[in-house]
Amino acid sequence: METKYISKEGLGRWFDAIVASEKRIYAPVKSRGQVDFKQVKSLSEVADEYIQTTQSIKAAVFPKAEILFSYEKVNGKVNLTDFDPNSVPETVLWKVHPCDAAGFRPLSAIFNWDSADKLHNAHLSRTTIVSYGCAIADESCFCTSVNGGPGNLNGSDLQLTMLPDGGAIAEIITARGETLASLCPDAFVADRGDDKSAHLVDLPARFSLEEVQSKLNKAFDSSVWKQQSERCLGCGACAFVCPTCACFDIQEDVHGSKGRRIRCWDACGFSLFTLHTSGHNPREHQSQRWRQRILHKFSYMPERLNVVGCTGCGRCSRACPVDMNILEHITSIAEQ
Amino acid sequence: MEKLRERAAALLADGTVSLVIGFEEGTKRPRPFFCRTSDQASKLIFDSRCFHNLAVYVTKKELVGKEPFAVTAPIATLRSILQLYVENQLKEEQMLILTADPAGELFELRSFDEISAYVANFELKRGEREEEILHKIEGMTREERWQFWLNEMSQCFKCYACRSACPLCYCTKCVVEVNRPQWIHPWPAPLANMEWHINRAMHMVGRCTACGACGEACPVGIPIDLITRKMMEDLAPEFGYIPGLPARQGNALSSWRLDDREQFIR
Ligand code: SF4
Ligand code: SF4
Ligand code: SF4
Ligand code: SF4
Repeated sequence: METKYISKEGLGRWFDAIVASEKRIYAPVKSRGQVDFKQVKSLSEVADEYIQTTQSIKAAVFPKAEILFSYEKVNGKVNLTDFDPNSVPETVLWKVHPCDAAGFRPLSAIFNWDSADKLHNAHLSRTTIVSYGCAIADESCFCTSVNGGPGNLNGSDLQLTMLPDGGAIAEIITARGETLASLCPDAFVADRGDDKSAHLVDLPARFSLEEVQSKLNKAFDSSVWKQQSERCLGCGACAFVCPTCACFDIQEDVHGSKGRRIRCWDACGFSLFTLHTSGHNPREHQSQRWRQRILHKFSYMPERLNVVGCTGCGRCSRACPVDMNILEHITSIAEQ
Repeated sequence: MEKLRERAAALLADGTVSLVIGFEEGTKRPRPFFCRTSDQASKLIFDSRCFHNLAVYVTKKELVGKEPFAVTAPIATLRSILQLYVENQLKEEQMLILTADPAGELFELRSFDEISAYVANFELKRGEREEEILHKIEGMTREERWQFWLNEMSQCFKCYACRSACPLCYCTKCVVEVNRPQWIHPWPAPLANMEWHINRAMHMVGRCTACGACGEACPVGIPIDLITRKMMEDLAPEFGYIPGLPARQGNALSSWRLDDREQFIR
């Protein structure tokens, strides 16, 4: 890793060089009263002064709906067209928050658990992540409680920490980050020794992860799930905005003798998610589905995939229509 | 508010009800709360910040069971409860309504007729937000309106928070989940989203009581409550309804009358 300084003017030039390299760039954009990742062509389109995008960046590596393969039956013979990894363009994800960048590891751990997921990996291998250290946070943020932080480098290829002069501390973390920086090498000059932490928000940890995990180990039959989830409506809002939720559904789009098989987002909060064709539903009640959501993220994933399934971005708390605040719920489990 | 708390506590203490569905302080504003003991009643809140439509919970069997329960119901919740009665989803003997008017006077309502008489005192009006957006939409040409909604709907990722928050979306099997035949493409995409939203609108027209819960729930900020609200506003005068006051005569698009003023229907 290498630390450099990039001036305001240098940032502009570097961004233009990325645009000129014909990479696809996704960055936070303000529109319709919300901030979300959209394709951009200039730095001026990128949003400023917001806490968090409504949706995470996960759609860049796990699209909401994606064609696994398509097929056509011609004269009794089936022609199959498989997903082509080369159809995925080189992509730069710009101004990703550290809690979103950290989400790539749990997401990939799920997609590559027992067999390598061709689609996800195709996206990931063509993606470069430029994160920004966070100067502001709100009461839903808790990255520092789940191994992260406003300047955490996990998952980032290059991280910028903005300075009062409009320039930034540039930490070039991976070879991909280096390649991206090399599109405009003279924009990156020697580190001035700025103190990074002075330009990041101070966010004290709210609970101890070890404490939560030890409580959860004994909580499967606890009444806490019913108690916490009574007001939950069983929608997909929390899962869909989450950077690490990976539930998906497989659907068929058939038109006569041809069709496509599609993978699209799903959510473990939906009652239909575990409904068997027999009519039996192993997670019949919302409390069981809520338990699954929490245990999956804070117990099963750390145990089996060696990574926590929550990065503390707080999106689910902001999106929930009935104020199911994950920080409040986890804290109360830790304190039980 | 104090009177309402006291009454709720008394009802729980003497066993008249075993559950009071109400509001408690949340992290941003009051949120739904399930109060089961008289001690918990001190947490109950009932003021103008109580937005959630609690009627969404009264049809959930797993929550209310068979025992009598009470609901501390703001006016929007009451309108939905009337509609649920019209649709035969509730039993009068199981539910008791506690509400307070703007002057703080406590009311206890036990039947469709009592609720209806109470709600009739409150005219359903557009709020500032509704007025602003609907005024803009009403000024558009048909093509502009289509483009407006096309753009809004294309943001939808089918989380169904709108459906989950709506007290009138109580079907245990929603049309979007029927797959034999598959009426609606279940993945989010511009056309598939339109299929969902047009179906939703058609299923709500004449039933929606304009509580706004669906629009409020949408995490991506689509003002979808305004579609069903506008349909209700347009439909009510044509069919002799009072907007937001569901009547026993049934829903405009799912009922039929001999004295209909249109000729074609006879
Ligand atoms: S569970 Fe909630 S806070 Fe954790 S990563 Fe997902 S959206 Fe963010
Ligand atoms: S926690 Fe909130 S967002 Fe998640 S399923 Fe329940 S109601 Fe929906
Ligand atoms: S406004 Fe929305 S949530 Fe309320 S009744 Fe109408 S459709 Fe349902
Ligand atoms: S809540 Fe919004 S995003 Fe979710 S399904 Fe409804 S309209 Fe679509």
